[in-house]
Amino acid sequence: MKTISRWFGRNLIRIYAVIAFTYLFIPVAYTFVFSFNDSAKSNLIWKGFTFANWQNPCGAPQVCNALGNSIKIGFLATLFSTILGTMIAFAIGRHKFKGRSTTNLLIFLPMATPEIVLGASLLSLFLVFQINPGFWPTVIAHVLFCMSFVVVTVKARIASLDPRLEQAAMDLYANERETFRRVTLPLVAPGIAAAALLAFSLSFDDFIITNFNSGTMTTFPKFIYVSAARGIPAQANVIGSAMFILALTIVILGQFVGRKRKVS
Amino acid sequence: MTGVASSARGDLKLTNITKSYGDFTAVNDLSLVIPEGSFFALLGPSGCGKTTTLRMIAGLEEPTHGKIALGSTDITDTKPYQRPINTVFQNYALFPHLTIFENIAFGLRRRGLKDIDDAVNKALDLVELPHLAQRKPTQLSGGQQQRIALARAIVNRPALLLLDEPLGALDLKLRRQMQIELKWIQREVGITFVHVTHDQEEAMTMADTIAVMNEGEIEQMGSPAELYDNPKTAFVANFLGQSNLIKGTISGSDGNNHVVDLFGQKISLQKDRSHAVDNSILAGIRPEKFRISRLETATSGNILTGGKVEDVSYIGVSTQYQVLMPWGQELMVFEQNDDGVAPFSVGEGVNISWEPIFTFALRGDEDAEAGTEVSPDEDLDEE
Repeated sequence: MKTISRWFGRNLIRIYAVIAFTYLFIPVAYTFVFSFNDSAKSNLIWKGFTFANWQNPCGAPQVCNALGNSIKIGFLATLFSTILGTMIAFAIGRHKFKGRSTTNLLIFLPMATPEIVLGASLLSLFLVFQINPGFWPTVIAHVLFCMSFVVVTVKARIASLDPRLEQAAMDLYANERETFRRVTLPLVAPGIAAAALLAFSLSFDDFIITNFNSGTMTTFPKFIYVSAARGIPAQANVIGSAMFILALTIVILGQFVGRKRKVS
Repeated sequence: MTGVASSARGDLKLTNITKSYGDFTAVNDLSLVIPEGSFFALLGPSGCGKTTTLRMIAGLEEPTHGKIALGSTDITDTKPYQRPINTVFQNYALFPHLTIFENIAFGLRRRGLKDIDDAVNKALDLVELPHLAQRKPTQLSGGQQQRIALARAIVNRPALLLLDEPLGALDLKLRRQMQIELKWIQREVGITFVHVTHDQEEAMTMADTIAVMNEGEIEQMGSPAELYDNPKTAFVANFLGQSNLIKGTISGSDGNNHVVDLFGQKISLQKDRSHAVDNSILAGIRPEKFRISRLETATSGNILTGGKVEDVSYIGVSTQYQVLMPWGQELMVFEQNDDGVAPFSVGEGVNISWEPIFTFALRGDEDAEAGTEVSPDEDLDEE
């Protein structure tokens, strides 16, 4: 009895870790496993193992069209929100101007506003201007809500940047443009990259705002939502698992490169 | 390099430089000339305006009024990158994303120079760290980073090298070593060094000329020996080493000397060592210039009698006494332990004497405590 409790005490943290990770990864594992399910329509019951879904990810009607739209929207939203957000972050982080704190507050507002409200009011705004919901209105909506996150992320990076590094560059014959290109930008770049990844993932999985503003166009989250009513095809699991593996690979590669750089 | 300013050489001249931030005046109407090739120190406590002065010379701050010239070229309105001036920053400010080699090459590359490998390697040799070329700054110790910061500035062969408390972050032993090395490097390369520090010992060890700054103004400028032996103000007397300052009155004249009355006792003061404006003075004597003796012992020179030993600290090379004088003031006396005489003990009656040539005199209306309250080690970051 005593030995058991001692063993338990010594391994408590490990047991806890296993439970926590199990809890975190069961949905992911479920998605992954059911991407190999040999199902005809509804992917709820295990009917046997197959590679067919992975060999033909576009097999289900509309799934790849929806995915393509999501990637296109995600890419454009990331591009515009990262450029605009980075510029705002530099303005707020590096310059004192009238209305700076107001700008700070206004940037925060879209993050604090419930998405459902944001989506609905954007739709009515588009309709007032007689713009029909669709691809571009969705891009505009995504840029809007991604931008705040970009500003916050990049601003944090700029705040941690020692202004003396830029002064040192200027002292060493680099003019304003060269200082920005050679010192400021490379040092802020990890922040910008993180912001871009964040923006892409926010845009890629947005459902609520997209649902209001995309009209008849389907995106991947919309596709899942609609098909949930009659059974999600296994191809959705394939795409979800592929995304997960891709993200995981990027993270592992990043860690690996970072560690290698530290060692050399 | 760009513009005329970049090729300027010669003495650095600051003329009536003032820098104000709103109501606060950091530097007040400061004028000084720093001769080409000298090792110049700006010495003062935190907030005295020395770093602001340095930043104005570098071009990182714009003076509110006044002119900065290098040789015959006015550089007041030029950008930092147009000036042939480089800075060793307080916390080194090495670029963390570049290798040590690229850090040092940075200035050379920006000036569009070709074949820079040789120059960079020579700079690395000069600071004795050639094996670190491919490392990143975070992999270096504080002392190594400090040397790389120096190499990064020197490799450009500027007309002027600015050092902003460059040794502040190093431990004492390393600091002493770097002081000697910096001085050696300055002689080796022959570049004008302007060194900002709050450490009087550091300034005295390294500089040819020291300007002591206080509250945005220069109190006194001169060689370390001049400043120490003949300070002009109470601030300098107390900030550079320690001083005994005794209130007195000039009561007569004797050839080249004033006769001075210190609480009823007459002493002698060389006329050219008095910075007083009228008869009211503060007579100054450095503690190590005093000799301490028993009441009955005959002494020569200036004598103050009737002292009583209040405190004795034996510190090896010397013994430090606090001697209470009849007028209630405690004087500091540092005695070398070189005469085999047993130290005096607390409560003993003593006389104090010194050679008249060591007396200096300040204006009588000065605050005798000026410069003593300053604790030089606090608040390294003065900006």
